[in-house]
Amino acid sequence: MSSAHNHVTTTVSFDEALTRYDPVIGLEVHVELGTASKMFCACSTEFGAPPNTQVCPVCLALPGAMPVINAKAVESIIRMGLALHCSIATWCRMARKNYFYPDMPKNFQISQYDEPICTDGWLDVLVPNEDGSTELVRVEIERVHLEEDTGKLTHAGGATGRIHGADYSLVDYNRAGIPLVEIVTKPITGTAALAPAVAKAYVAELRDIMRDLGVSDVKMEEGSLRCDANLSLNIPGDAWGTRTETKNVNSLRSVERAVRSEIERQAAVLDKGGVIRQETRHFHEDTGVTTPGRSKEEAEDYRYFPEPDLVPIAPDPAWVEKLRASIPQQPSLRRAGLATAWGISAFDMESLVNAGVLALVEAAVADGVAPDTARKWWAGELLRQANDRGVPPQELAVTGADILRVDELIATGALNDQLARQVFDGVLLGEGSVDDVVAARGLGVVTDETELLAAIDQALADQPEVAEKIRAGKIAAAGAIVGGVMKATRGRADASRVRELILSRCEVSG
Amino acid sequence: MNSTPKGPVNPDMAADLIRQSARVLAEAIKSGEVSAREVTQAHLDRIGAVDERVHAFLHVDTDAALAHADRVDVKRAAGEQLGDLAGVPLALKDILAMKGVPTTCGSKILQGWLPPYDSTIVERLRAADIIILGKTNMDEFAMGSSTEYSAYGPSHNPWDLNRIPGGSGGGSAAAVAAFEAPLAIGTDTGGSIRQPAALTGTVGVKPTYGSVSRYGLVALASSLDQAGPCARTVLDAAYLHSVIAGHDPHDSTSINAAVPDVVAAAMKADVRGLRIGLVKQLSGAGYQPGVLQRFNEAVDVLAQLGAEIVEVDCPHFDEAMSAYYLILPSECSSNLARFDGMRYGLRVQDGGDAGVETVMADTREMGFGPEVKRRIMLGTYALSSGYYDAYYGQAQKIRTLIIEDFTRAFGQVDVLVSPTTPTTAFPLGEKVDDPLAMYLNDIATIPVNLAGNCALSLPIGLSPADGLPVGLQVMAPTMADDRLYLVGAALESALFDRWGHLLIEEAPAL
Ligand SMILES: [Zn+2]
Repeated sequence: MSSAHNHVTTTVSFDEALTRYDPVIGLEVHVELGTASKMFCACSTEFGAPPNTQVCPVCLALPGAMPVINAKAVESIIRMGLALHCSIATWCRMARKNYFYPDMPKNFQISQYDEPICTDGWLDVLVPNEDGSTELVRVEIERVHLEEDTGKLTHAGGATGRIHGADYSLVDYNRAGIPLVEIVTKPITGTAALAPAVAKAYVAELRDIMRDLGVSDVKMEEGSLRCDANLSLNIPGDAWGTRTETKNVNSLRSVERAVRSEIERQAAVLDKGGVIRQETRHFHEDTGVTTPGRSKEEAEDYRYFPEPDLVPIAPDPAWVEKLRASIPQQPSLRRAGLATAWGISAFDMESLVNAGVLALVEAAVADGVAPDTARKWWAGELLRQANDRGVPPQELAVTGADILRVDELIATGALNDQLARQVFDGVLLGEGSVDDVVAARGLGVVTDETELLAAIDQALADQPEVAEKIRAGKIAAAGAIVGGVMKATRGRADASRVRELILSRCEVSG
Repeated sequence: MNSTPKGPVNPDMAADLIRQSARVLAEAIKSGEVSAREVTQAHLDRIGAVDERVHAFLHVDTDAALAHADRVDVKRAAGEQLGDLAGVPLALKDILAMKGVPTTCGSKILQGWLPPYDSTIVERLRAADIIILGKTNMDEFAMGSSTEYSAYGPSHNPWDLNRIPGGSGGGSAAAVAAFEAPLAIGTDTGGSIRQPAALTGTVGVKPTYGSVSRYGLVALASSLDQAGPCARTVLDAAYLHSVIAGHDPHDSTSINAAVPDVVAAAMKADVRGLRIGLVKQLSGAGYQPGVLQRFNEAVDVLAQLGAEIVEVDCPHFDEAMSAYYLILPSECSSNLARFDGMRYGLRVQDGGDAGVETVMADTREMGFGPEVKRRIMLGTYALSSGYYDAYYGQAQKIRTLIIEDFTRAFGQVDVLVSPTTPTTAFPLGEKVDDPLAMYLNDIATIPVNLAGNCALSLPIGLSPADGLPVGLQVMAPTMADDRLYLVGAALESALFDRWGHLLIEEAPAL
């Protein structure tokens, strides 16, 4: 075995690596379904309960207990398969994957082997180029299958936090038996320097699809969406290289970083004439690098065979067609359509998505608010209000009708942006409708010029040297007087009208 | 034919309670002639008197049995409706989970385990007010044909205490044959109800696969296991059958259809016009002459009763044993993986710093007996990558061919018959070190388990060679369990007329 097999720490730069090698990526994504009960028993799937409080004879694998498949989970995976343009099996079986590990109470996992329920799909993802444009990349899906999650091990003592070397280990079976869907891509080729971005965009798109379908809360930080990234490099024109499988990739940013770092690492090994070992690697969020784990050469034989305690899954084709009709349009394609309709850039659309206000903007537009106006308020003042209150924006009690009314009042000059913020504040505090808040807080723009002129005269009197400058023709000095008037009227004045009045009062023309 | 079935009906209830049939006891309790407590106490006394020699029981639940009997008596006194078997004692095979009562499966590895839940069968027995006396001995995890593989010592055949009572459910059969209980529950994976019934001169039934819930039955081979009734008369077995059979949503493989009226069939006891097939492959070489002699006589009786006897060919039955000893070990290697010392039962931890693999391996090494280990190894091998198609895959194909043999046969005849076993009860120790010879004892019973249909064994006389009981097996199509009782009860009644008593009455006094 050459020394290059072992811990290579030197890397070549990403850009340099891609001048010599083509990456092939493959992604395995696990999604915990958001069903109320577990895959094979009635236990709750609620996250965060005290350890081993959501368990029963079935998910603890007590002798004699038997699984019963969760029909809702089957429905969820079929909807996922349909959203990913897969073929749905008319008859398939669950299989036992046999291996001993204490987080798995039966010492086998009920999964699927050679009869996955969904096969041969695809997903088009929009991948941002460096120049800000986007590219549509088709990711082919090999299979989507159903399985159960394992329990959670906590290793106490020892240096590594791994089972070997630990003083003792604690097992929480609350997670054991939670329905899990595994989505496996076919090898993704030809993406070159876009490979990390494709991986990230694909996982993000999957996350959005799952959320849209309502089948999972897809929280990567709670582990309800987990990604393993396979990667190999080959010299252009050559056969594919040996692949590694990187685990522990638990955020979108990490997906991108893990692929990038593994490209750099493998390139360095290959540059030195080394050999890539087929192995599992672990991604470290803190350092951004992968380190070797279990070698696949010593991989276990899982002794798969059809699960004899469950009857085959045979979804009624008519029911599948009914589900197909209910699948919403793919999120990125829908967003692209909306961006065109609203006349905004992909970048602006992405900021709405990242801010979590796209659905709110859509709802406001559906209520008749102009897209620009809806965006302005939701991405601006209302988002700020939500952040100040520490709640997600969708929890703000502001309707499309409220935004519409504020917009009307601004158009007629009855409100300005400054006042509108105060109006929304009042609405959110439950002070009533937009008109109620305007009336109660006295927020209308001052249209009585007598009142404005009195305020202007007072401001000019307060700052006589400024008044002199204005009279001497230094029009720019008027800003200080406008400020004084706005202050005196608590923002209720129309600043441009005030400016006009100041200039005519000082007998200079703007 | 007679509408009132014949049996050991003793009108004088002052006579020994333990020699009565279950139905006679139930009627006596219902009429107030005797209390459920008296009946239960009589059986507990009998256990106390003979079980040291028979060793049918691993655990006797005296207090709970008497308490339940008292509740039945209170119900009767209050004028409540009682079930057809209310107050009748029963012996439960130690493979069925019963809340708070030791359930060992005849293994050291489950020593001390108290199930926190009831199997569906136990729930149904309780609901029917059947009194569970305790748990009966068995070959470890139901692997064996003699009870000699029980970790707690063998049971003894009441006909000759130096002989085996059959297995794996030898404890249940011996309890019934020794008048320790009029009823028992067994489980039958390859003959574990029928073979002990044949060897002890009692009645045992393997119902159609999926007609009796497996929830709470500790799995040996999930696709073969089926619980069923043991009794001294066909009618008693029919009553017990009707209590335990029926759809259970906790068992996915449970058939959701009406249970055939087995009690009505046992009462009808009529074979006139029935076509009865003799399976060519289940006779001749390997069968003791004494067994064949009694079998042929019984077939003659059936012909005299008005049945038409036809010989049928089931060519793939010759391969049944090979297929069975691949499918069973494969499933069992996976089903028994959960016994690892992590959650319940035995845990072997020598020294404080033993790692998880060591604890699991040592626990299994110490906890399992030789036959269990043998079959786990066989199954692990048969499921291994590269061998799966040659072993498990081929065995499944044979299974399909056996199902086709049955289908073809039942196109020609209404039921099939054969000797239940090739031999009478053999002496303790004779085959314990010769697994293949032991396996051959199930040669006639295995095809039904592979095909999933149903069969009944009833006593048809004593072998002239050794004076030990011989059993006849009736086989019927899936969900035609009523035919078993129609034929079984007719033959039993005719033999009763001939002998003037049940065969079991000829067993030597203990
Ligand atoms: Zn559970």
